[in-house]
Amino acid sequence: MTIALDLLAPYDFAFFQRGMVAATLAGALCGVLGVFVVLRGMSYIGHGLSHAVFGGAAASAVMSINFFVGAGIWGIISGVLIGRIARRKIIGADAAIGIVTTASFAGGIALLNRYGQARKSIEAVLFGSVLGVSWVDIAAILAVSLAVGAIVLFAYRAFLFATFDPQVATVSGERVAAIEVMLMVMLSVTILVTMRVIGTLLISALLVIPAATARMITNSFSRMLMLSPLIGALCCLAGMNLSYHLDTSAGATIILVAAAVFTATYLLAGRRARLRVASLNHL
Amino acid sequence: MGVTINSEPLIRCDALGVAYGAGFVLENVTLHIRRGEFVGIVGPSGSGKTSLLRAITGSLAAARGSVEVTRGTRIGYVPQVESVDWNFPITVGEVLAMTRTRRHWPRTTRSERAEMKEVLEGLGLHGLEGRHIRELSGGQQQRVFVARAMFGKPDILILDEPTSGVDVRTRHEILHLLRDLHSKGSTILLTTHDLNGLASHLPRLVCLNREVIADGPPRETLIPEVLERTYGAPLHVLEHGGMPIVLDHDYTSSEVLRDTERQMRSERETRQ
Repeated sequence: MTIALDLLAPYDFAFFQRGMVAATLAGALCGVLGVFVVLRGMSYIGHGLSHAVFGGAAASAVMSINFFVGAGIWGIISGVLIGRIARRKIIGADAAIGIVTTASFAGGIALLNRYGQARKSIEAVLFGSVLGVSWVDIAAILAVSLAVGAIVLFAYRAFLFATFDPQVATVSGERVAAIEVMLMVMLSVTILVTMRVIGTLLISALLVIPAATARMITNSFSRMLMLSPLIGALCCLAGMNLSYHLDTSAGATIILVAAAVFTATYLLAGRRARLRVASLNHL
Repeated sequence: MGVTINSEPLIRCDALGVAYGAGFVLENVTLHIRRGEFVGIVGPSGSGKTSLLRAITGSLAAARGSVEVTRGTRIGYVPQVESVDWNFPITVGEVLAMTRTRRHWPRTTRSERAEMKEVLEGLGLHGLEGRHIRELSGGQQQRVFVARAMFGKPDILILDEPTSGVDVRTRHEILHLLRDLHSKGSTILLTTHDLNGLASHLPRLVCLNREVIADGPPRETLIPEVLERTYGAPLHVLEHGGMPIVLDHDYTSSEVLRDTERQMRSERETRQ
């Protein structure tokens, strides 16, 4: 009885309840998009785009523009630019991500150096503040989650076709370029609304680890698309609770839980399942 | 084979030129594919085979001349198996269903499942809907992608190097499958490097090297003069069972051939 009460203790705090809802939603959202990120061999994009959005966040803080508007526009432009450069295949997707996002990040740093403002909010963007989220933040994550869920569900087959076989999808009349732009926009907006919860530095982990874990469990795309958000949400749920009891950073604990789940699955899964993960690019 | 060839072309390339930048990879290519035909395009690497397919499928624009696909023609494209990501988490059923993008939901309808079953049964893949594509044999893997193309109810099936990177048994399976589809009325266009295993069995061959060198049945196209112009090197042709066999070396006077003939004769005599 005492143990149960101890476990439920953090739920007495409204800030923890908000943090829990925000983190769980963020885990599920990143889990859905992570499937496309991992299977397209663009695991670095979460890391890269979060840095790009940092540039936008810095610019919006310096210019006193609304954070979501400034960082959102910046992130979407960066995402679409990466997609365009990568599609031309003159340089690889990893190089395109590296160039666009580091330039964007450097732009943010230069703006801060020049004008020296808003240092505190930038730190929040980098490391996140899951226990400081407001209902507005939760509403934003929920709205993006519903929108992403609806888009992926309604255009499921087109997304699958364009991810698995873009060449034949193009021949079959699918608008592969438009699907890629849509994916980049969804990623940018996701990073934008989740960065205040877990921080830009940890977003890429939530985009990659649940999807890679799901890949070891199933050989089916539709099942991977269901498992990955479930794993992401559960890791966030467990990580949040553990962080309270261990008195550790919420963002870091969530990622450590996700890494532990991945490791356990890796060890328990057979050799063939491990090979599936080994075959994922850029992991 | 009882296949009716319609005189109206499904695909019409007239004096087609395709270029990457300033360099032309195809020049003055005239090629008409009619409904019910089974056509193979042969040529060396870099001869423009894939560029021609890309121009036909609309992923490469004509720099000169024209390429026209009859309005409403549905193309079923089968990529090279070597270009497929075999580690992608996808089952046979999912591979087929992805082409039906008019229906957006992941779940297939009852009628889709019935159609899928019919296509898979027709290609000898019945019961494999739930299997991962990597778990199949080489022949089954190639057939899954033919099945995907067929599931889209195409007017023409286009295959890029269907026997590239497959073993002899799989090559036989693919040849039989394509012959069977053709005999049932499918229009087929393919590219191949495989002159003896595949090309020589087709009713119509187009020898390509930047331009069309020859166009006709194998007896007229697989001849030393045409092959030398196509491949830029002398090739020798033997006839076996009424079919041309292309050799990249003149074995007719060699000890190897005499030994082989002697062995075959002795085997025949033993059987008799």
